[in-house]
Amino acid sequence: MNRLVLVIVLLLAVLPVYAQQDPLTLVTYDSFSVSEDVLAAFTDQTGIEVEIVRLADAGAMVNQVILTKNNPLGDVLYGIDNTFLSRGLNAGIFEPYESSALADVPEAFVLDPDFNVTPVAYGDVCLNYDAAYFGADGPPLPTSLVDLTEPEFEGTLVVENPAASSPGLAFLLATIAAFGEAPDTYNWQEYWADLAANDVLVVEGWTEAYYGEFSGASDGERPLVVSYASSPPAEVYFADPTPETAPTGVTLAEEACFRQIEFAGILTGTDQRAEAEAFIDFMLGLEFQEDLPLQMFVFPVSPDAELPDVFVEYAVIPENPASIAPDLIEEKREEWIQTWTEIVLR
Amino acid sequence: MRVPWRTLAVVPVAFLGIFFVYPLVVVLAQSLTDPAGGLDLSGFAEIVTSAYYRETLWFTTWQAVLSTVLTVAAALPAAVVFVRFKFPGKSLLMALATLPFVLPTVVVAAAFDALLGDSGLLNSGLMAVFGLESAPVQLERTLTLVLIAHVFYNFAVVLRMIVSYWSNQSPQIEEAARSLGAGRWQLWTRVRLPMLAPAISAASVLVFIFTFTSFGVVLILGGPRYSTLEVEIYRQALSIFDLPVAAALSLVQIGLMFAMLLMYSRLQRRITVPLRGEAYVSRVPHSWRAKLGALAVIVTMIVLLLAPLAALIVRSLTTAGGLDNFTRLAQNPRGSILFVPPLTAVGNSLVFASVATVLAVGLGLITAALVNARRWRWLDALFMLPLATSAVTLGFGYLIAMGNPPLNLRSSAVLIPLAHTLVALPFVVRAVLPALQLIPNNVTDAARALGEGPAGVWRRVRLPIIGRALVVGASFSFTVSLGEFGASLFIARPDTPTIPVVIFRLLGQPGAANYGQALAMSVILLVVCGAAFAIIERLRISVAGVF
Repeated sequence: MNRLVLVIVLLLAVLPVYAQQDPLTLVTYDSFSVSEDVLAAFTDQTGIEVEIVRLADAGAMVNQVILTKNNPLGDVLYGIDNTFLSRGLNAGIFEPYESSALADVPEAFVLDPDFNVTPVAYGDVCLNYDAAYFGADGPPLPTSLVDLTEPEFEGTLVVENPAASSPGLAFLLATIAAFGEAPDTYNWQEYWADLAANDVLVVEGWTEAYYGEFSGASDGERPLVVSYASSPPAEVYFADPTPETAPTGVTLAEEACFRQIEFAGILTGTDQRAEAEAFIDFMLGLEFQEDLPLQMFVFPVSPDAELPDVFVEYAVIPENPASIAPDLIEEKREEWIQTWTEIVLR
Repeated sequence: MRVPWRTLAVVPVAFLGIFFVYPLVVVLAQSLTDPAGGLDLSGFAEIVTSAYYRETLWFTTWQAVLSTVLTVAAALPAAVVFVRFKFPGKSLLMALATLPFVLPTVVVAAAFDALLGDSGLLNSGLMAVFGLESAPVQLERTLTLVLIAHVFYNFAVVLRMIVSYWSNQSPQIEEAARSLGAGRWQLWTRVRLPMLAPAISAASVLVFIFTFTSFGVVLILGGPRYSTLEVEIYRQALSIFDLPVAAALSLVQIGLMFAMLLMYSRLQRRITVPLRGEAYVSRVPHSWRAKLGALAVIVTMIVLLLAPLAALIVRSLTTAGGLDNFTRLAQNPRGSILFVPPLTAVGNSLVFASVATVLAVGLGLITAALVNARRWRWLDALFMLPLATSAVTLGFGYLIAMGNPPLNLRSSAVLIPLAHTLVALPFVVRAVLPALQLIPNNVTDAARALGEGPAGVWRRVRLPIIGRALVVGASFSFTVSLGEFGASLFIARPDTPTIPVVIFRLLGQPGAANYGQALAMSVILLVVCGAAFAIIERLRISVAGVF
């Protein structure tokens, strides 16, 4: 008899372990980051454990999630951006959710009127320059996209292949927004033909451009590179000792900047709807929003979030970055990339 | 007692069936199905009618042929020196020559840049000596650089496979040819090349598949102007998300490779001459000519293979931060969940690589034995196919096919070493099979007549003879797994980052400290790999001592 009691007691002791539900699974790209204590605070407050499943980069991740639509990899996705948004929306991978925390977020960030996705962060792809090259005694900086086709900027710019790289695509989109496609005016196709004639260098991805060719970050030869508006603060933050001035900067050519907005969404078919909603709310909360800049070098969408000092001092937030509607990007991406490839690479 | 071949065959065939054929068939079937459920062959129509894909296929093929020929031509003289001569540091040099295999392309690109770039060592040296204004050697983004990188990566595959095979051959044939008055040229064309044909062809096939499916080297060192079939598969699947075209291209690539492998497999059996007499013994070179020749080969190897590695190490120490880059790897000032202590990454890498090596050696040995005993050529060709399959295709296959019990593995770390095993298996089979085919039947028959059972024949006859080949297979398995990044990128991963993952994450962020730490981590990758070679070699010696 005693033994039976013991068995029952043991079983009861073990039961809560089984009763505990699965963790909330966050599907995201490989470089997603958050402070350990910020994430721990979420679990403390809500009792929700978060498991992170990492896929490839942002573009590949969207494809992977669409492929597994009928048997989703997780409950919440973070990291789809406006250049791939329509692909995800058309595939129906999200369940709509309108977070009450969205009230404070500027409307310009809310690209989906049906609230399938929630904007969380943004960043601008801009031209970066090598401060040592364009120093006080150096040549003047380019102030517009057209400047880059002038003789004094011959052989100075390195860009990423838009077919393979997210900033590469963003820069191509910026030029399309700036020059348009009308055949009877100076259009983006002619602009790129001029850039190619002015010896623009195309490499495969951001790492090859920035660490392989950009003179501001390596022993490369090119003083201008397509990178992010948050790269200069990163250069200062990841330098030891902290330099007096940033080794790189963002040019004033605002038309060369393209805004990428990163969204989160609840994946269709989740059995943890309430927990997923709580996590979306948490990502719009001040704690997570203020954690974003130094973790992923992006900007918070919440106007109340305070930026870290290094961002206040060295980051640039362009007032009028280029933008193109996600629908149009989805419709024409392939055609644009194909045309671009014909003009620049062949 | 007869060996139960059918029972034994189940293990590797089931492994390949579950972790390669099944996910591949699932992803291809889904990609080639239109929304209405019918067969969608639009992808094939597109690639057949497009001049661009024909040009891509042509370029893919000829650069692979050229890369293979160059690699064999570079490795053959080195093989002669390694087989014939004893010299100090020989096994160290052999191990170092295998190290390039472990390095990610981005890191190799940085090393090549430090050596051959416009402001690299070679150009600044030439400019200083000759007082030149601009860099005389312009290699950046040229096909020449792609070919150099292909030789750099694959040199050791050819060298090690030829040396392990040649060392089991009898020197008497060569001596007989010499005493009959054969000249240097005749010695090569009439004796050595025919004798080494099985090993040369086995290594060439591996190098050909590797360079045919070249991705990172072509894109990063050649630049976006060059494109292989593999590159197009990535573009179609990832950027454009046109799965019918990606599937059609994958099938074309796999089909071409399978046809070539079947042809090769048929050829291989015909050219193998069983071993007679005692094995080669290397000697200290005596004549001046031999000494000079050996020296020339060794110096070439050092320049070709070790200079980029040395450049990488120097760069890791001279980039902003220097030695601090190594200590900073262990710090997490931002408190980021992305932070991986370097020891954890090394540990993950070592666990995955060890599991993959054990699986690949075990399964590869069984497969090679099956192919040898039963002449199942299709099996031999089938086991090579994972090398010809792009990582993104297989990764998508895993995501779709492995999401349900009992095979709910797609978000599990277990899938990573299994994917590595698939890529490592061909190395073991290719290294072991020619060695097994060398063993004449009368040797194994004699062992049986002396009372050895099947296990005894393996333990006392076959294993000692193929020991060197097994080490070659194990070394490459380990290296392939340690440096592999592509396949694991397309598997949904929980938190088990490996060394290459850490390198890529660091190289994905701006900031001098990140770059310095990425180089430091690359040096750690080299050191870990080098240490593993020493252990694998020691294992062979201690196991050989048991016999």
